[in-house]
Amino acid sequence: MTKHQKIDALPNLDRRSFIIGTAATGLVLGYSVLPEAGGTQAATAAGMDPTVWYSIGNDGKVVVTVGKAEMGQHISSTMAQLVAEELEASWKDMAIVLASNDPKYNDPVLGAQVTGGSWSTGMNFDTMCRAGAAGRLTLIKTAAEMLGVPEGELYARDSHVIHAKSKKSLSYAQIVSSGKANKTWSPDELKAIKLKSPEQYTKIGTSLHQLDIPPKTNGTAKYGIDSFVPGMVYGKLALPPVRFGAKVKSVDDSEAKKVPGFIQAVTVDDKTATTSGWVVAVATTYEGAKKAAAALKIDWDKGPYANVSNQSIIDESRRLQKEGTEGFLFVKDGDSAAAMANAAKVIDVEYLTTLNIHAPIEPMNALAYEKDGIWHIHTGNQFNTRTTGIAAATAGTDPKNVAIHQQFLGGGFGRRLESDMVIPAIAASKAVGKPVKVIFAREDDMQMDFTRPLTYQKVKVGLDADGKAIAMEHDVIGAWPTAKWGIPAFLTPAVDKKRNGDSFDGLHDSFTVNGADYWYSIPNHTVRNYMNKLAQGATPSGQLRSVAPAWTFWAVESTMDEIARATGQDPVDMRLKMLDGAGANAGGSTGQNQGGAKRLANALRTAVGRSGYGSLKLGKNEGMGVACVSSQERTNPTWTACVAHVKVDPSTGEVTLKKVTLAMDVGTIVNPDGVRAQIEGSILWGTSLAMLENATMKDGGIQQRNFDSYTPMRMSQMPEMDISIIGNGEPAVGCGEPAVTVIAPAVANAIFSAVGARVRSLPITAEQVRKAMKT
Amino acid sequence: MATLNINGRDHSVDVPSDTPLLWVIREHLQMTGTKFGCGAGLCGACTVHLNGEAVRSCQTAVSQAAGKKIVTIEGLDPKGEHPLQRAWIAEQVPQCGYCQSGQIMQAASLLAKNTDPTRAEIVEHMDGNLCRCMTYARIQRAILRAAADMRGV
Repeated sequence: MTKHQKIDALPNLDRRSFIIGTAATGLVLGYSVLPEAGGTQAATAAGMDPTVWYSIGNDGKVVVTVGKAEMGQHISSTMAQLVAEELEASWKDMAIVLASNDPKYNDPVLGAQVTGGSWSTGMNFDTMCRAGAAGRLTLIKTAAEMLGVPEGELYARDSHVIHAKSKKSLSYAQIVSSGKANKTWSPDELKAIKLKSPEQYTKIGTSLHQLDIPPKTNGTAKYGIDSFVPGMVYGKLALPPVRFGAKVKSVDDSEAKKVPGFIQAVTVDDKTATTSGWVVAVATTYEGAKKAAAALKIDWDKGPYANVSNQSIIDESRRLQKEGTEGFLFVKDGDSAAAMANAAKVIDVEYLTTLNIHAPIEPMNALAYEKDGIWHIHTGNQFNTRTTGIAAATAGTDPKNVAIHQQFLGGGFGRRLESDMVIPAIAASKAVGKPVKVIFAREDDMQMDFTRPLTYQKVKVGLDADGKAIAMEHDVIGAWPTAKWGIPAFLTPAVDKKRNGDSFDGLHDSFTVNGADYWYSIPNHTVRNYMNKLAQGATPSGQLRSVAPAWTFWAVESTMDEIARATGQDPVDMRLKMLDGAGANAGGSTGQNQGGAKRLANALRTAVGRSGYGSLKLGKNEGMGVACVSSQERTNPTWTACVAHVKVDPSTGEVTLKKVTLAMDVGTIVNPDGVRAQIEGSILWGTSLAMLENATMKDGGIQQRNFDSYTPMRMSQMPEMDISIIGNGEPAVGCGEPAVTVIAPAVANAIFSAVGARVRSLPITAEQVRKAMKT
Repeated sequence: MATLNINGRDHSVDVPSDTPLLWVIREHLQMTGTKFGCGAGLCGACTVHLNGEAVRSCQTAVSQAAGKKIVTIEGLDPKGEHPLQRAWIAEQVPQCGYCQSGQIMQAASLLAKNTDPTRAEIVEHMDGNLCRCMTYARIQRAILRAAADMRGV
């Protein structure tokens, strides 16, 4: 989605209207029923609500209602920080509550409740600042009346309105409890407010302590899995051997009936086609449900994907690429075919990434029950709007009768953009007539992950006689996670407007190809995006932290290194020349991409300079590799550059990542320590995906089921990190994803620099490095 | 029926003797600070203290815990101000926070015996605790800070 179209501006429903319709109607209904928690009214009995985003209690406490999922990115605290900046509230007075699925808490730009894309800070910055300012202006106006002085003589600071002349002041608590500060602001009035300029900031740009952290140190933070209601029973999944496509033929519960507390085995009839072949064993305790699930004898029809493997997905992608007819044009600059025909030299390579599992440490879970016609769902999720639609469809009710009690997320990373976890809980609760909490075992969670798609990319570069890249053709092929949602507003027309196939309205999923529209000046550039339908069916895929740029830049930035090596250029000098900011690469005159390619060049210079690239004396079999990226999308690039320093053992192929030097330009830094925390985490995610994590499909099922075989980074595997954060006052962009995307190519390029081995498939294993050294 | 002494209080629970301690603490007694992550002793999210030793409660049967002193994150310090908890805030360690009870309990068992650990000792002691947000650098710093605090420096 290169444009941010409001999701409620959906075209009319087509034959896929089932999912679209339920997702969409939740947005426009009057929404008459609310859960008892989650609204600002619940947080403060009286007080003032200048906008829906926060209220101030009679005690002066400012409670910000966060419409974004809190999954450790501290977005809740960031929203509070933006409000507090303009409200002039003391940080100690700020608190947060998580919004329900009431559409009034929809994202102001997206028109839905969805958290992802590194969008939240950028898209909510203006709205939260305006909300804060509206409160301040209301408080000042009321104080003027209370003190009998002109408004112009008053200013607000530290939760007080102050009259300098008389040295009188009123606290926000005093003003609010007077009951006179009750203006509600219209959108036009909010728009007319003049906001602070950056030099006036006192909170934005400071490392205020994150509001969600204290409860996460003493066991009091509540996640979905920590939900309880009276009379609740437990559900444990019994799953088919294949990831998708199975049908339950029969369930024999005779052994399960011997388990104390066993209630029922419920076969999930999933009308949303999110899941297939799931059975829930329901019992009075979780351990009982687990025993009962293991005791069920279930006969499945394994469906159409029972023979699919990683290799068969790769084979199909290669076939599609060779055939060359099903691609959607994503970039078409100049005439790459003609330029390629005239090239002095052509580099023609393929790049692969494997399946990856999100594996947040809190496994998927949900508690569901119906009370007085309302379905209550307790869970932590990233996409309340769609989860509402899925829940309503599963329960057989209208979306307005679904109340989501949003909780902290014990890791999101894109996994909780999916809503599958509510389906078995609702189905089981409907069947047994009691509240049911379903907790996925780790094995269930990994087996049924919406994996990062296995991707195949073909990259062809034409070079002129001077070694300059004059043409590039890039095909990206894999499963399409976002298309699976069936929400046309998230999809993109091909640049030649050609509609292809009948699925997804003939549009394509640009969330699988973002990043391929990079900021280098190469005059003839063609990018095509292909869906691999076999993978689409067999491996229902999901957005995994940083999504497409983690594979497109893997290919692009490795290829840049290949060009430099093939033409005897320094990889840094070559990139800087190509980041000339010419034409469209100058960036916009407003918005998040202003400054364009030259900002990326500066980030690259920063990382390179700090790393000691070219000057530091390296040990034997050590090397440095560079990469730079503009993740996530062309419209919201976070300029990020990295130098990886590796040591390779040539006898084993073993790679040690000694140090990562990374520079990131985030435009405006709201909370420097928060930004740093996100960059630290995403550097290590990038490293883990590049070197440690590998999921494989065999016979239609994911083989890795726990942390013994699927192996995210542990503390002992952490490289040294040197992080530079750049903020020159441009609009804020995201910081929690882009660093993921720069690591793999930097590491691969460093390996080439160290031992001359070119690895083109993720994850980078010792075996691959050893093989590449021989060739 | 088993009697469990958790955070200094006795609790009688009526569960099969092979029930993992984790589920008794979390679901039967609703002390939810202790987390479920893998059920196989591979992630450390469920770490509690059994007679002062850090153990994985998902791998500890109720029968093994009966009669011993069990401490969970809720009982580590009466006010939640153990040096590690203070250090966790000072270093702004948690992101999603889900694994952090286990991390803190694991670290506490190290500092109970050694208030001057080296970085290598910290890594060795903590390597069984996964953090999917990968807050490892801050966990290390916070443990060093808490250790210094406990040494009074």
